[in-house]
Amino acid sequence: MKLAIRLAYRNLIGAGLRTWLNVIVLSFSFVIIIFMKGVMIGWDHQAKTDMTNYEIGGGQYWHKAYDPFDPFTLTDSHAPIPAELKDEIARGDIEPFLIAPGTIYPQGRLQSIVIKGINPRQTLFLLPSHKLDTITEAIPAITGSLMAKSIKASVGDQMTLRWRDTNGTFDASDIVITAIFSTNVPTVESGQIYIPLERLQTMLMMPGEASILTFRDSEKIRPAIGNWTLKTKDELTASVDNMIKTKSAGQTILYAILLLLAMLAIFDTQVLSIFRRQKEIGTYIALGYTRQQVVGLFTVEGTMHAILAALLSAAYGLPFLAWMAKNGWTMPIDTSEFGMAIAQTLYPIYSAGLIISTVLILTTVTAMVSYWPSRRIAKMNPTDALRGKLQ
Amino acid sequence: MEISPIIIIEKLVKKFPVGRGEFTALNGIELFFDRGEFAGLVGPSGSGKTTLLNIIGSLDVPTSGEAVVLGRSIGTLTAREAAKLRKENLGFIFQSYNLLAVHTVFENVEFPLLLLDFSSAERKKMVMDSLEWVGLTDKVKSKPPQLSGGECQRVAIARAMVKKPSLVLADEPTANLDAANSHNILKTMETLNRELKTTFLFATHDDKVISYLKRKIFLLDGKVDREEIKPN
Repeated sequence: MKLAIRLAYRNLIGAGLRTWLNVIVLSFSFVIIIFMKGVMIGWDHQAKTDMTNYEIGGGQYWHKAYDPFDPFTLTDSHAPIPAELKDEIARGDIEPFLIAPGTIYPQGRLQSIVIKGINPRQTLFLLPSHKLDTITEAIPAITGSLMAKSIKASVGDQMTLRWRDTNGTFDASDIVITAIFSTNVPTVESGQIYIPLERLQTMLMMPGEASILTFRDSEKIRPAIGNWTLKTKDELTASVDNMIKTKSAGQTILYAILLLLAMLAIFDTQVLSIFRRQKEIGTYIALGYTRQQVVGLFTVEGTMHAILAALLSAAYGLPFLAWMAKNGWTMPIDTSEFGMAIAQTLYPIYSAGLIISTVLILTTVTAMVSYWPSRRIAKMNPTDALRGKLQ
Repeated sequence: MEISPIIIIEKLVKKFPVGRGEFTALNGIELFFDRGEFAGLVGPSGSGKTTLLNIIGSLDVPTSGEAVVLGRSIGTLTAREAAKLRKENLGFIFQSYNLLAVHTVFENVEFPLLLLDFSSAERKKMVMDSLEWVGLTDKVKSKPPQLSGGECQRVAIARAMVKKPSLVLADEPTANLDAANSHNILKTMETLNRELKTTFLFATHDDKVISYLKRKIFLLDGKVDREEIKPN
């Protein structure tokens, strides 16, 4: 094996440009696959972190009637906050949300929205809820940039908000936008207005009630409570996992094409070598190599392309990957309307496992592609090979 | 213990399939070669000399009969045993040199030693000794495409001799060389035969080579036609 490696190295270096062309193509595959995988992992990480920071915390209790995909459930999905959670709420470790359907009239237009009541002094979410802790004639409200864009609203703008209280009576009041925030989580931005919790409870005539209770600590084991359904963090982020899985499956096609191109080059080189280097093969056999050893030599030679590619990738790929991890990959188009948790700039994350597994997979595939045509050597007649006679 | 004779060939027949029939390349060859001979198989193209040389070199097997080289019957050797015989005991010199083009002269000559697990220091000494025999110590770093035909064949001789094999098989070694280079090469081989007692067996129809041979076996249509021994 040591001898095969030594000879293969000599042969590859001696082959010059042909070797380096293959190595360069293969090294592109290494870098692009690691980069794209890193982007996926980074996206997954970023999406989950943003969801945690802006929406789901360490997990939630949902009122049993609450269904985020059915707006007709909003009217009924509220109940008094369970007494056993009051201490944690007082400490700020659980934050209640009250959710109700409503309508706003920006610039004379009508738009159905979801009104969310949030504690202005909460510290569980990164939402700028402190901007609600203000005294104005109109109800202070904050909203996401997506929503602000769709209603063409700016900070300081006023508009009418209409709602129905618990008895079904319509009421209306003015709101004033005190802050517009930007997140990568569309579900906290689109079609939603945040106002102070107590104000909403009063408006709906639902004092001390909530629709969702978000807790900070995801590790604590929590019991099921009466009308409330426990939703763990894993359950709430499952949609992100599924989305990433779907995206990864699509990307696999890209990897396959990249790999195919690289492997085609290796396969081509191997097939050409076996035809063009017949005399050499015959010479190896005459000097004491068995045919199997020659097959081994050619397989090692092919596989060594992957090893050289890994080294070349390390030379230019590592600085590139590190730079991308630091500065991120900015999407060429506006991602805010993608409807999924995706940042405008994605920061790839590369683990040692990702790099090692990519190198191992590519090296194994290269070895297989190299071995395949090399098997033909085992069928060669050495006397014909020595004369370079095509077989 | 030395084995003498070094090559025993008895009733050797070699047939090749041609279309639906077969072609008899060697037909009942009976030959013996002693250690230290400087002999040649002489004959026109198609007489069977290269086929016989290939069988002696364990690159091919007889259809029937027996070829015993250094005590081993070629027809019964496994691929691994045949490779071991070539690796340890045989040296080859080819008409078209068959040097590894991307390797240097040193690396080409070193190759048989790599297969025999010599240490780096031993290899270096043996390669330099071998290159000294053929007068190419100044070309160690050159690659075959940078050498003349004569120099390439001298590298091939150095590669064949570097492990000091018992038997060197040379197939038309001067066919691609001019007269001056041919004589130079043959003198080198003659000297190595005399000084190292290495057995040389040629396959040739070149008069220049024939004039150097001490024993000539003339083949015709796959049979031994006649034999001549040069008087001392």
